[in-house]
Amino acid sequence: MSIHTNLLGSLVAISLGAILTNNFIFSQFLGCCPFLGCSDKTDTAAGMGLAVIFVMGLASAICWVVDHYILIPLGLAFLETLAFILVIAALVQFVEMFLKKAVPSLYQALGIYLPLITTNCAVLGVVLLNVQNDYSFIESVVYGITGGIGFLLAIVLFSSVRERVQFSDYPECFEGFPICLVSAGLLALAFMGFSGMSIM
Amino acid sequence: MNTILFSILSLGILGGVFGGLLAFASKIFHVEVDPRQEAVRNCLAGANCGGCGFPGCDGYAKAVAAGEAPTNKCVPGGEETAKKLAEIMGVEESSAEAKIAFVRCSGGDLNAERRFNYSGPEDCRSAMLFGGKGNKTCTFACIGFGNCTRACKFDAIHVENGVAKVNRNRCVGCGACAEACPKKIIELIPKSQKVMPACSSKAKGAVVIKSCKVGCIACTKCQRECPSDAIHVIDNLAVIDYSKCTGCGHCAEICTRKIIKVL
Repeated sequence: MSIHTNLLGSLVAISLGAILTNNFIFSQFLGCCPFLGCSDKTDTAAGMGLAVIFVMGLASAICWVVDHYILIPLGLAFLETLAFILVIAALVQFVEMFLKKAVPSLYQALGIYLPLITTNCAVLGVVLLNVQNDYSFIESVVYGITGGIGFLLAIVLFSSVRERVQFSDYPECFEGFPICLVSAGLLALAFMGFSGMSIM
Repeated sequence: MNTILFSILSLGILGGVFGGLLAFASKIFHVEVDPRQEAVRNCLAGANCGGCGFPGCDGYAKAVAAGEAPTNKCVPGGEETAKKLAEIMGVEESSAEAKIAFVRCSGGDLNAERRFNYSGPEDCRSAMLFGGKGNKTCTFACIGFGNCTRACKFDAIHVENGVAKVNRNRCVGCGACAEACPKKIIELIPKSQKVMPACSSKAKGAVVIKSCKVGCIACTKCQRECPSDAIHVIDNLAVIDYSKCTGCGHCAEICTRKIIKVL
């Protein structure tokens, strides 16, 4: 994805790319474990998706700062992965504590998903892609948030599919995860349709 | 050399700063959790059987710590747990009477008449859908497809010869089987109870004789002969008053249909 001189234009391009054409789950295959693990009910899927948006946006912002003000000036760009993992883990812990105190209802709703995000590859993926694509601060944050929105879209769509699949007639040997993986694959194929979309 | 030093320093400092921030944040955002809740949770049996009426052991522990639930609800834990919880909560102990499940039917394949041959799904509820009351002529009989077995988390109830039977050594009295039984013929009785009539039929004696070899025909012999007035025939069925029963076993001896069992 090339960087546009027009900031707004580039932000739109980044958003559309992150949500549809380069959806984290369906075309980059990042964050597949919560995608399969937390998608049996639409409610929990939406909760997980919202938590991911939140953490991805925040992680993008903080990791950009860490990268540009600490790692790059010191010539330590090779430590990015390590430093980002540290940042994400600490961030998730902090957010968890904050929510427990400030918004207990949201904390209850997110439940186990918040700590699960610590080890979510989509979050690490988004911050590393920010570096790879050489995004500016604003672009990074937008990429993080829209990447999260793409994740939310994917997981909510998929959980709705799963809720229906449960009551449909399929061969017994497909019971459980097999039918789930097949439907995930079909959904990903459908999303491949977006890849023909050219953005400006 | 510098690179190594910088790497170590920067990551070390970064880690230190984050660690410090988290430690600081945990102080600021500290949420008081009742320490008794954890203490209570540790004393519970941990089977998550739901016998207390709360969603799992954690739910019950929370309710106990908040003073919203009595301390004697943990059935698998029994008296011992109730005592410990009462100690933690500083309330007077009210012991939980140990309970055990009992199937009030003994009419299996050998004894109860069948109305039709059922070949649908092996599930008591679906068998109930046919003709309303299951596959046996007696409308109170155990269907024997083991919904209770599947509900039991302790492997304590099994279908033998077409009728469910409780393994008294394993049963903890959580009541999951009683809940799962569509016929509602599984009853929680005090563990100390010595005799029980194994029949649920409220049909008239003449009807029972036709449908089952081991059904209560309401002859009232037990009622007449009970030395402590603990057994009565109510709605054509012998019912024991647990508070009066001394467990002498006389009724079991004289029962004309041999349905009063000594446990």
